[in-house]
Amino acid sequence: MISLKRRTLARSVLAASCLVLMTGVSPSVWAQGKPGTLRVAMTAADIPLTTGQPSQGGEGIRFMGITAYDGLTRWDLSRSDKPPVIIPALAESWSVGEADKKVWTFKLRQGAKFHDGSEFTADAVVFNFNKLLRKDTPEFDPAQAAQGSLWSGTLASWRKIDTYTVEITTKTVDAVLPYALANLFMSSPARWEEVGKDWGKFAEKPSGTGPWMIESFKPRERAELVRNTNHWDKARIPKSERLILLPMPDANTRSAALLSGQVDFVEAPPPDVIPRLRQQKMQIITNVYPHNWPYQLSHLEDSPFKDIRVRKAANLAIDRDGLVKLLGGMAIAAKGHIDPGHPWYGKPAEPLRYDPEAAKKLLKEAGYGPDKPVKVKVIISPSGSGQMQPLPMNEFIKENFRDVGIDMEFEVLDWEALRTRRRLGAFAPENKGRHGVNNSFAYWDPDIGLIGTAASFMPVPFGFNWGGYKNEKADILARKAKETFDTKEQDKLLAELHEVILADHMWIWAVHDLNPRALRPNVKGFVQAQSWFQDLTPVTVE
Amino acid sequence: MFIYVLRRILYTVPIAIGVSLVCFALIHLAPGDPLSAIIPEGASPEMIAQIRTAYGFDRPLPVQYLKWLGHVVTGDFGTSIMTRRPVLSEVLPAIANTLTLAAAAVTFGFLLGCAFGVVSGYVAGTPTDRAVTAVSITGVSIPHYWLGMVLIVVFAVNLNLLPATGMGEGGSGSFGFGWDSLQYLILPALTLSVIPAGIIARSVRGTVAEVRKQDYMQTLYAKGLPGRRVFVHVVKNALPAVLAVMGLQLAQLLGGSILVETVFSWPGTGFLLNNAIFTRDLPMLQGTILVLAMFFVLINLLVDILQTAVDPRIKRA
Repeated sequence: MISLKRRTLARSVLAASCLVLMTGVSPSVWAQGKPGTLRVAMTAADIPLTTGQPSQGGEGIRFMGITAYDGLTRWDLSRSDKPPVIIPALAESWSVGEADKKVWTFKLRQGAKFHDGSEFTADAVVFNFNKLLRKDTPEFDPAQAAQGSLWSGTLASWRKIDTYTVEITTKTVDAVLPYALANLFMSSPARWEEVGKDWGKFAEKPSGTGPWMIESFKPRERAELVRNTNHWDKARIPKSERLILLPMPDANTRSAALLSGQVDFVEAPPPDVIPRLRQQKMQIITNVYPHNWPYQLSHLEDSPFKDIRVRKAANLAIDRDGLVKLLGGMAIAAKGHIDPGHPWYGKPAEPLRYDPEAAKKLLKEAGYGPDKPVKVKVIISPSGSGQMQPLPMNEFIKENFRDVGIDMEFEVLDWEALRTRRRLGAFAPENKGRHGVNNSFAYWDPDIGLIGTAASFMPVPFGFNWGGYKNEKADILARKAKETFDTKEQDKLLAELHEVILADHMWIWAVHDLNPRALRPNVKGFVQAQSWFQDLTPVTVE
Repeated sequence: MFIYVLRRILYTVPIAIGVSLVCFALIHLAPGDPLSAIIPEGASPEMIAQIRTAYGFDRPLPVQYLKWLGHVVTGDFGTSIMTRRPVLSEVLPAIANTLTLAAAAVTFGFLLGCAFGVVSGYVAGTPTDRAVTAVSITGVSIPHYWLGMVLIVVFAVNLNLLPATGMGEGGSGSFGFGWDSLQYLILPALTLSVIPAGIIARSVRGTVAEVRKQDYMQTLYAKGLPGRRVFVHVVKNALPAVLAVMGLQLAQLLGGSILVETVFSWPGTGFLLNNAIFTRDLPMLQGTILVLAMFFVLINLLVDILQTAVDPRIKRA
């Protein structure tokens, strides 16, 4: 009798296992997402800083900046068919002084409240700029200051005019200020007072004005946010009740978590897993965004890239369509520094193309040949934010270069070490003998994308001109763009600037990332903006 | 025994100092600027100099080391550059998570390794022994990372039986022994257990085979002891060697699980180290490595003492 029962049990277990194997039916409760809860797997390994000014660059802003906080301005992320523009947020409007173009007046939104119930006023703006820049104030926070420094450097002074008006003065005439302000986030002064003026404690009990409220978080594990039903912008009150952010730095793990039902939304699935995800009916959403994958070149005397013929030959040598194929279609071939759908692309006389024979001819003119290849050494990293698949991509391009007579050698550094060497500039002793750095690049605002990269008056560390690039036309256009307050006029100047640097082959450009995201079939409402940032407020899980 | 234990404890002091020195030096010898993570984009040379002074990086290395060590002995491991929280408050929960994972892995490894090792040792030289040996060697040779992914694909993605990543909704603060928590432990622990299982199996096999050749085994059989009583003697004599191997494996799992913890997003010391390396969080990196190294030293000490207690011949030697 006992043996019969055992046999029956064994058969039952076997049958159940076979059923699971055949049908893939999930016997687990964890695999089911809760309607109304959106679970997102981030590429970050940790929860970004929760005090207001988040850490971890674009990803920190995407998940802990624009979710829980607001800036004076913000990107309009509601459309996927055109690049987003800057629109009012906590500031309803702004104007520049007629007499002094360095003085800006911002009219603040009335009725906006922090999550703790306190009101957003001009005092809060002063407090928040102090936290980033005024070392002599108690609210100064070095951690937030470091994270915000890329965008706060232009601010010279600020003062309250009345409860809902603030005056900001910039160091130089800077028409790009509204772009920068979208990245500076407002934390609640009342909450900071309540927790004993301690930013460490504030991080545990954060308070912003954003559409989501941070309910709890555990470092390296998860952050849980709930919707702010009192958000000042009724259209942006989240459609989901809860947002769970999970750090998952490994791309395969993120895909597995999605396939097994543990998360609803993953960032950057690896290209080779995408067919499997599609097979399982996952939504793969891609869009072009202001990203390029270049070699930033040294234009110093000892660099072969000082000769435009070599730079141009290098750009002609890259089989970009082949590279896109290697990436499983998750990129588009670059036509220039800026993608063709962007207002700053302009009308370049000669967009980038693949022509190895023309490349060989140019190299011959420059005095190189099969017996005398161009020898260059570039710094690359095995991974890093925006770096896509750097090792196979670099190997692919190395082959392309070899075919035309450019012998490329790599110095492989970890991501942070590479960033350090990028900040130092090509002229630093550490970078002697290095002719390029493979650091993916953004053009989400004019300063980062074009002005700071191309202008000789913005060398590193003040700008992003790593290699000492100097072009008189580029300098004039960059300065004009910086001082032009009419956005359309400014866009025109930036497009001209792009035409100039492309004609001059300032860098070597390969592809633009398509930034894939994978969503479970029951996730609705996500609109992938052409941006490093995305709005999760319209997203629902059915 | 008391003198032996005291002497053994005293030996750990210079080892600990050596460990701290190596840990400090390694970080400073690594390529790149250790402060790169906190030097903002566009920072002026003056600002960079200010940051270096604030972190004491403008002082000679020996001074920096002594200052750091002075803080460490008082329990101040510094503040994380990335999270702004005390390093120790980050490292201790991570160690608890890793210990949970390592203990489960070593338990799996011990059970599997002993089973394989005893079988193999008892039938040494036979085709069964060779088959078990092949399996053990395969276990030792399989890359953790790859095996972890295979287990995730099979058990989480295809069969949907176990979760792929994380520690569950409760997280590390409330990790319990109910199914809700344990299901998250199984795949990473199984992945990590394969190497200890292989090593323990090889060790047990050798010891069992050796013990079974000893003269006193013949005496036990000659005295008419049944097979299972002889087996108990074999196991008892093989135990010290297994304990030593287990201790080493546990210590290695504490620091050697970087890839597995990253694959499974298990928030332990491996995950912490990986994150600290990629973000160049120098205080976090130093603190985690030092605490792990000290664990290694302590576990070796405990294993030595335990071995001595189990096998008095070691003390006499």
